[in-house]
Amino acid sequence: MTFEQFLQYIFSGITSGSVYALTAMGFTLVFNATQIINFSQGQLVMLGGMIAVGLYGAGAPLWGAFLGAVAIVVLVTVGFERVAIRPLLRKGVLAQVIATVGASFVFETAAMLIWGRDAVTLPAFSGEEPLSVGGATVVPQTLWVVGLTIVIVVALQLFYRKSLFGKAVRACAVDATSARLQGISYSRVVIFSFALTGAISAAAGVMITPISFMGFHSGSLLGLKGFAAAMLGGIGNPVGAVLGGFILGIVEALGVGVVSAGYKDAIAFVILLLVLFVRPVGLLGTKMVNRQ
Amino acid sequence: MVAYLRRHAAYLVFAVIVMTIPAYLSDSYYLSVLAFMATKFMMALGLSLLLGQAGQISLGQAGFVGIGAYGAAILTTRLGWDPWLAMGTAALVSATIAGLVGMPALRLKGYYLAMATLGVNEIIYILLIQLKGLTNGTDGISGIPPLSIGGLSLSGPRAYHLVVWGVALLMLRFSLNLSNSRVGRSLRALHRSEPAAKSLGVDTSYRKVQVFMLAAVFASIAGSFDAYYVRFISPESYTITFSIILITGVIIGGLRTVWGAMWGTLVIVILPELLKRVNDDITNLVFGVLLVAIMVLWQGRTRGLWQMVREWRLRSGPGGPGPPGAEE
Repeated sequence: MTFEQFLQYIFSGITSGSVYALTAMGFTLVFNATQIINFSQGQLVMLGGMIAVGLYGAGAPLWGAFLGAVAIVVLVTVGFERVAIRPLLRKGVLAQVIATVGASFVFETAAMLIWGRDAVTLPAFSGEEPLSVGGATVVPQTLWVVGLTIVIVVALQLFYRKSLFGKAVRACAVDATSARLQGISYSRVVIFSFALTGAISAAAGVMITPISFMGFHSGSLLGLKGFAAAMLGGIGNPVGAVLGGFILGIVEALGVGVVSAGYKDAIAFVILLLVLFVRPVGLLGTKMVNRQ
Repeated sequence: MVAYLRRHAAYLVFAVIVMTIPAYLSDSYYLSVLAFMATKFMMALGLSLLLGQAGQISLGQAGFVGIGAYGAAILTTRLGWDPWLAMGTAALVSATIAGLVGMPALRLKGYYLAMATLGVNEIIYILLIQLKGLTNGTDGISGIPPLSIGGLSLSGPRAYHLVVWGVALLMLRFSLNLSNSRVGRSLRALHRSEPAAKSLGVDTSYRKVQVFMLAAVFASIAGSFDAYYVRFISPESYTITFSIILITGVIIGGLRTVWGAMWGTLVIVILPELLKRVNDDITNLVFGVLLVAIMVLWQGRTRGLWQMVREWRLRSGPGGPGPPGAEE
């Protein structure tokens, strides 16, 4: 592998790593608010991409399609929280797993019925002219993806650390009962976390669609990889989620260079299984993960 | 004798009905639906023991079905093995893989076990596509021989029906006996509370791996049967989607008893056949809605559809509130 090739793989790894990081962030937000792993997380990313393509095809400008997709996915997640999650809070892990798995089926099949079976794409946000960096080529969309991811992550951190409501959300993540005793509305925190997850997931989906196409079936793989990233970084830890996402993206991209492109998707699962079996708390995690 | 008949009445009636179906049904479409029902029933039985009795979720059963199917196909078409021997070998391979995966995976609970089994399914699926020299990749394997007994080919739908349902009934008998045995009770005990079961002397990790391997063997045998029946296999039959459909069936059927697997199988076989007439693509949508609706309406209790209807009728009847459902 020459240095140029190595750099090329790193760039491609950072790009897909951004999407994994945002997907992992979606898992983390919901997990911290509800202790639920949302198995339909990847499908929310897929919905974001598909809705944006649909809106763009209907004549909306690119930025309008982006915002429209984010708004619609937020509505979907809020509705999902109302209908399926709220009745199942504290009702046992099995019920929650199965309900969110069912939701993933609903989102996926609905997308297939609405937009068909073909993978679709969006034009890049600002031109297709590749840039040359240190001998490797980078499409401008990569800069958008990485840039927006950094903006979203920083904004989230500021929100959680500086704003009062952000602190309330963090309090609920530590101990929901004590938080409620302090007068924090738990149900508002939960619904807010779901809405935020929907927004971040949709944004991730729209950003990646110009680079790597989006089909109704893309969600399950994205979701599993996002979960692998969240577990790698330490579930419940937002910094870990971002770190895990980028590590996973880069390892995967290098794996393509070293092993073979056909096994690209298997890498994430091998990492996931290794983390689950060897160090379930992940790189940065401290929480015990063997809750019943 | 009478006591024996009474105790096993449900099983015997079911067995007689199933085994006499070919005597008065000759329509090849219905017979093929029934043939697939038999193998789905085997998969559901294993999953019912794992999820219903032991409370361990697996979202990766389709992976073991795939190993069963590919093991059977590869050993018969490439090496010319006897189909039954190939089926048994594939089941052994599945059991071994289940054991190796299960030992670390079953230490995990709830979400993590679900994700780990999902990951295993996805890795098996990727291997089926990528190991082209062995599996022929996405093109799949064709020309798989049919089953035969002592030189008598079982390619006819009626003969096949008797064999595949015969095996399914044996598995049902085995599962019923298991659930009524000390092992079954220890599985239900660890379902309710693992520390409690442990303190009463149940080797919970051993039992969990055991039932996980058993479910994998059932799935693998079912996969082999399907391969010999259809004579062609390709990787897309063994995706996570199929694993989730199996889970749907077991849950709709009810997790309390092994019989739930039968009701669940009926639903996941017949519902798609009916929905096909409306629109082929809405099947998964309906399954998804069912999964969410069942969980929300049942609040995580492990009753089946029929038990729920019965309790609802009891409650709305003059008898006042019905008996409380088993809580998780």
